[in-house]
Amino acid sequence: MDVQVWTYLIVGVTFAIYIGIAIWARASSTKEFYVAGGHVPPLANGMATAADWMSAASFLSMAGLIAFSGYDGSVYLMGWTGGYVLLALLLAPYLRKFGKFTVPDFIGDRYYSNVARTVAVISALFVSFTYVAGQMRGVGVVFSRFLETDINNGVYIGMGIVFIYAVLGGMKGITYTQVAQYCILIFAFMVPAIFISIQLTGNPIPQLGFGSDVVGTDVSLLDKLDGLMTELGFTAFTDGNKSTTDIFFITAALMVGTAGLPHVIVRFFTVPKVRDARLSAGYALVFIAILYTTAPAVAAFARTNLMDSVNDKHYTEIPEWFGTWEEAGLLAWGDKNGDGVIQYRPGKVFAEKAPVFSGEAGPSGQRLVSNELLMDNENELFIDRDIMVLANPEIANLPNWVIALVAAGGLAAALSTAAGLLLVISTSVSHDLVKKQWLPDLSEKGELWIARGAAMLAVIVAGYFGINPPDFVAAVVALAFGLAAASFFPAIFLGIFYKRMNKQGAIAGMVTGLGITVFYMMRYKLGWIGGPVTADDWWFGISPEGFGTIGMIINFVVALIVCHLTPAPPEDIGEMVENIRVPVKN
Amino acid sequence: MPDKNALKAYWKENVRYLIILLLIWFLVSYGCGILFVEQLNQVRIGGFKLGFWFAQQGAIYSFVMLIFVYVRLMNKLDKKYKVEED
Repeated sequence: MDVQVWTYLIVGVTFAIYIGIAIWARASSTKEFYVAGGHVPPLANGMATAADWMSAASFLSMAGLIAFSGYDGSVYLMGWTGGYVLLALLLAPYLRKFGKFTVPDFIGDRYYSNVARTVAVISALFVSFTYVAGQMRGVGVVFSRFLETDINNGVYIGMGIVFIYAVLGGMKGITYTQVAQYCILIFAFMVPAIFISIQLTGNPIPQLGFGSDVVGTDVSLLDKLDGLMTELGFTAFTDGNKSTTDIFFITAALMVGTAGLPHVIVRFFTVPKVRDARLSAGYALVFIAILYTTAPAVAAFARTNLMDSVNDKHYTEIPEWFGTWEEAGLLAWGDKNGDGVIQYRPGKVFAEKAPVFSGEAGPSGQRLVSNELLMDNENELFIDRDIMVLANPEIANLPNWVIALVAAGGLAAALSTAAGLLLVISTSVSHDLVKKQWLPDLSEKGELWIARGAAMLAVIVAGYFGINPPDFVAAVVALAFGLAAASFFPAIFLGIFYKRMNKQGAIAGMVTGLGITVFYMMRYKLGWIGGPVTADDWWFGISPEGFGTIGMIINFVVALIVCHLTPAPPEDIGEMVENIRVPVKN
Repeated sequence: MPDKNALKAYWKENVRYLIILLLIWFLVSYGCGILFVEQLNQVRIGGFKLGFWFAQQGAIYSFVMLIFVYVRLMNKLDKKYKVEED
């Protein structure tokens, strides 16, 4: 069977599973809708958390990102896993003991203030919306590449599926679909990785494979790759280009941001007990680590394969897949020196972000690009980073069903994350705004209907952003972590570990932390404030991606200072804090 | 229900565990994977440079172990102070 048929088959079966689960797991109370009734077993919650957490970006883009940044890519690997240690040790058990539905719930109650609650709601909405738009786009992209539909149609299909199980089943439906989605995405990620590891090194475990000797030689794969790269003038794969300071701050921002993301935190409200919250954080990290320790191996394999099969080869003698991905616009060759040979070197082929094809074929049969070629370097090969995971099975000559599996895995990753985020958006509106602030007398049934309505609205808004992605979305997704780090983490942490923290301190901290981080991003990332900037203008050499760490430190400092200049919190808050610190009721 | 002093002691022990575990957390990631990566790269294990291995593999394995150690320690501590859930 060809790839198309396989893809329709596998994607169709997985979608049928998701919808079946949604119908089976309908939510009938707000507790079921918000936290799946609090009955999710720790192992299932671990899987659901892993699927919730690993987005289209983790599945499709991260290995590619590492393939092209080598050691610098470690910031994502450590940053997006290390946060779970903070979560498990510092937040999850206590929030579970607190035992309500949302993060703004905790902030509003702990700081006895609806202002604090509202600040938390705004941060939660902002973080979740920037993130969800990317997921919907991800669904569209997978559809368009594998099933040759329009990106927009892909987004509509994704909206439809998420709509069914998020609106109908709430957290209960989402949790059990996420369990299924985790199984699909991890299988889809591991199968090609294992195949390729065996092909290149003979070792079936990719985590060991990229440090093993290349088949038929006594050179390890990483050494071979380092050699290939330095020979062509690239920085070695195992060395980086970023400064140590920047690596340090970006890693910290991603770690703390992970621990502060509302859609991850709420997953720990769904387990029955405090000790389940601790344990399920451990399971979640195991499930995440399987993909995250494989990704750097996939990155090294893919980069090696790519250089081996394309560089310094005549266009007419390279493998067939090159043409396929050229057709998709993810690869392009601009023959600068007209020798008919593909030179892959450091530097940009052209100034634009994507190739524009003239529609003609060149002398070797390649798709001619009409971008103006930059002659200040010798590089002739344009590679879209996403190709690394998408094209890996083809480059390694794997069977068609594996390629179809990768499509289903990418969709599972995007849909599971989108659903988790949509739930945070709908709960923020129905619970934290409507029920807690505007209509406290609302019946449970009424609240449930508003939650469903809000979820519906959120799906539509997310779909809109998926079809009309604002320019800044791609830039802002990484920054969502910085914002979460600068706003939620300090407020929740101090709320648990520092009894004296009062509402004035917490609000002042969140507002300044968030404010300065937003300002820094607008100034240095988006360029909305002030003139053009370069990396030399960054404060202390910290990139906008890493600035969330500074935002977090400022949040802590401001909160502690303001807290000591203002009255202590009321006594019952002290009792509440003592209560959440112990697993049993006291 | 344990008395106030017992709960204070429970919390103190908990915080001590946290500090120790987070020190290790910092050491394996920021220490071995970032600050001292150059020095560790002089050492090799198998086909890996050690610093690079920590940054892309070792730190993650350590994180997983840290959480499970924490789970064990806390389950024991809950029992010791009789605050475990039934």
